[in-house]
Amino acid sequence: MAAPMTNDQSWFYALALGVSFLKCLLINAYHSTDFEVHRNWLALTHSLPAAQWYYEATSEWTLDYPPLFAWFEYGLSHIASFFDKEMLVVQNLNYASPATILFQRLSVIVADVVFFYAVKECCKCLREDKGKYLLGKPSFILTVLLLWNFGLIIVDHIHFQYNGFLFGVLLLSIARHFQNRHFEGALLFSILLNLKHIYLYIAPAYGIYLLRCFCFTQSNADGSLQWRSFSVVRLVTLGTIVLSTFSVSFGPFIALGQLPQVLSRLFPFKRGLCHAYWAPNIWALYNIADKAFSILGVKFKLLDINKLPKASMTGGLVQEFQHSVLPSVSPLATLVCTVLSILPALFRIWHRPNGARGFLRCLVICALGSFMFGWHVHEKAILMAILPLSLLAVESREDARIFLILSITGHYSLFPLLFTTQELPIKILLLLLFTIFSLTSLKTLFRKGGALLNPLEATYLLGLIPLELICEFVYPLTVWQKTFPFLPLMLTSVYCALGVTYAFIRLYISLLTCSDSTKKIKTQ
Amino acid sequence: MENWSLFSLCVLLGLTSRWAVSFHSYSGAGKPPMFGDYEAQRHWQEVTYNLPVHEWYFNTTNNDLNYWGLDYPPLTAYHSLVCAYVAKLLNPEWVELHASRGYESHSHKLFMRATVLFTDILIYIPAVLLYCFYFCDGFSKQKVATALCILLYPGLILIDYGHFQYNSVSLGLALWGILGLGLGWDLFGSLAFTLALNYKQMELYHSLPFFCYLLGKCIKQGLIGRGFFQLAKISLTVLVTFALCWMPFLSDPKQPLQVLHRLFPFGRGLFEDKVANTWCSLNVLIKIKTLLSRETQLFLSFALTLLFILPSSLKLLSKPNLWQFKLALVNSSLAFFLFSFQVHEKSILLAAFMLPLLVKDGLLLPYVVTSLAFLFLSLYLLSHLTRTNEPLFWYFPFLVISVATFVWLEPPAKFPDLFPVLVSILSFLHFLGFIIYFNLVQLMEPQRKKSQKKTN
Repeated sequence: MAAPMTNDQSWFYALALGVSFLKCLLINAYHSTDFEVHRNWLALTHSLPAAQWYYEATSEWTLDYPPLFAWFEYGLSHIASFFDKEMLVVQNLNYASPATILFQRLSVIVADVVFFYAVKECCKCLREDKGKYLLGKPSFILTVLLLWNFGLIIVDHIHFQYNGFLFGVLLLSIARHFQNRHFEGALLFSILLNLKHIYLYIAPAYGIYLLRCFCFTQSNADGSLQWRSFSVVRLVTLGTIVLSTFSVSFGPFIALGQLPQVLSRLFPFKRGLCHAYWAPNIWALYNIADKAFSILGVKFKLLDINKLPKASMTGGLVQEFQHSVLPSVSPLATLVCTVLSILPALFRIWHRPNGARGFLRCLVICALGSFMFGWHVHEKAILMAILPLSLLAVESREDARIFLILSITGHYSLFPLLFTTQELPIKILLLLLFTIFSLTSLKTLFRKGGALLNPLEATYLLGLIPLELICEFVYPLTVWQKTFPFLPLMLTSVYCALGVTYAFIRLYISLLTCSDSTKKIKTQ
Repeated sequence: MENWSLFSLCVLLGLTSRWAVSFHSYSGAGKPPMFGDYEAQRHWQEVTYNLPVHEWYFNTTNNDLNYWGLDYPPLTAYHSLVCAYVAKLLNPEWVELHASRGYESHSHKLFMRATVLFTDILIYIPAVLLYCFYFCDGFSKQKVATALCILLYPGLILIDYGHFQYNSVSLGLALWGILGLGLGWDLFGSLAFTLALNYKQMELYHSLPFFCYLLGKCIKQGLIGRGFFQLAKISLTVLVTFALCWMPFLSDPKQPLQVLHRLFPFGRGLFEDKVANTWCSLNVLIKIKTLLSRETQLFLSFALTLLFILPSSLKLLSKPNLWQFKLALVNSSLAFFLFSFQVHEKSILLAAFMLPLLVKDGLLLPYVVTSLAFLFLSLYLLSHLTRTNEPLFWYFPFLVISVATFVWLEPPAKFPDLFPVLVSILSFLHFLGFIIYFNLVQLMEPQRKKSQKKTN
């Protein structure tokens, strides 16, 4: 006989179960080409020997994740054979039988268990968890912000990806660092890098933090570095952990001499500056400025219209683009910009580390900086900044405010991913759900000290409503829909880029001006 | 967190689950020649748009009543007409006379689903919110929890957004009626309920409690004087509403008769398919369908319905207060469901016992998910908010096992209908138990616990 649920933690399971039910209902929703991508990887890891995984090119969706993820797909493929053997045939391109859809969707839902566990661990890391009632407790708010995160649900369970599982590993690694279990944290992060290499964006934060706060076991009273406390043992252990993870993952391929091929698959620089749908980053603003200048230039007869390259970027295809007025941007330029953007943060935590929280802040800045200045960034990458920021948001007022701006604009910028009419109500309802919850719960949590958002910020966020109405409802009915079909996308990405940039700046300010913690760094 | 935000979160969750269920299949999808309820609704749009009013309920060359003829009161027909106008704007092929039979397309499905969502948002959901806000006992968190449970109720979601119907309109209007009565706005309540009645004749299940409550109230105010005036006003409201709804059909005496004939098909027999009521269950032991003549069947069902409904109604008449009214509603609808003529299983809108129907529609997945979610949620909230140790916990695994059995086991060849029948009989026993229990509660009025009035 089941006992009544008076356990204090039962609300966590209720929330987890609830969101899983919702995910199950979305099994039949639209899925993007990413669905076929993963089916293809299931097929090729199952049918082909490992030596051919990174050479296989029957499908256009070649394997472009690191080897550990390929092994993950390999493991899944064995379960897949119980659902529908046909999906494991490489030649069955775009195969999507009901059993295939059910299996793939369920695999994402089940893999999210890792995420659930990570969230539970993160809740334990909160400094204080007192609240008058359940709905006001930081751990409850954090759990909802993470488990019911709009971006994760939309990208994972409709668009189709395995981000929940991957972010689970990331959040677990962060939690371990908060708990001073640094070896586990490092191991988890190495595993993560070998699952999806996009997390290289935040590797600098890990590197500097671990070096500064872990390898140097002590700091002086004022927080500065104590050179003599360097521990070679720790450095070597960390190095061993990282290297052994990489060797388990890449080793077989290095032995086969396939490393260049693997790397070329993982880092395809032939793609353009901006993804098909522009991510709301600096380059979106840069492109728009370039377009504006070229239009103005032609109008004021400063430029010759025949010398300008054709507008190939506003087409939805992923191509290299030549800017007309402003200088063109190369991959190297973006790399330099990205590094420059995160250097101050890295210096800061080297110079004045603020423990695990400083590390987390630096991590978010690294993620956001790479999002802002990176080459061929996908707007899904905004989740890498939003999710870790949630942890900070339930503890500090300023972070809560940045989180609100970043999450609402970042989530809204994901709308173009679901362009079908059937999914329109779902994305609007879910965004409203998440937004209303985050706004009201954070407002209640930090009600002492006035309003959380100032009028300008509030107006900007409210501006998303007319933007959505125009882009989704009004514009398609106008004449311009035929001639400039990508105008709504441009508008969305430019408008959101403003919010993301603003959040980035504020986050930096908060890092550089945060009152130093006078507490000593704990030694192990 | 403030109340308005909690309530809006409930609404958003409710709407999300509704729309997510609508992604799945509908009744009769891809099953010519008759298809299902979805096609019936589309067909009514076609009929009401293209044909003049006096032909809607009649068998003519243009209107074949055997192919989903209209069998709901006029308000449904007007609703279909409005939808048809919108459909015509979007894509005239959807309501082309004769040519649009069996029309199925993705955009059409979206349109039909959208019409359900629209009326739901307009009528049903505001009624639920107001009801929970004003008439739920307990502190605000309990009200929100109740709202959430009602909004996530799988029966309504699955039938309206899966199978495809517009029950939210009639239930919503009836709920507005209850709200009106509860707030003391008798005329508004009568108007709303009359509209509900004119939308689906199934609302007759609730009509007796409304009647007895209002009559009892008027009697209490004194039949000479205020009470009489009140009664007159209510009667006038009801009559005028009926007249307005039936106006196009009053020109010719044959019209209303034909409509009534369509609404109450006494020719069809005591029951169809597997229904969890007395007659279907009894039929397993004694073949009453064939044993008794149709007149005897009619008389028997009428008598038993009356028998079971009389105590509750009389009690309400003598003590017209809200609590009695609510219980009478439950008892009345149960009585009608169990004993009346030609009951359809959808009349009970209780998810667990509609499984056979939903599996036929290809709605197994949303059924399982919404039912499990609802059961878990209501049990969880129940245990936390009322701090009682309900023995309902055994119910949860029991239902899960019975559902699993139905889905995975093959029935023995000699009794192919074994599982649907078992499910029906089991359900019938539940309902019999409920009607006895609720009647006892209403008639004997055991001590009610003082509800805790905690502040937020």
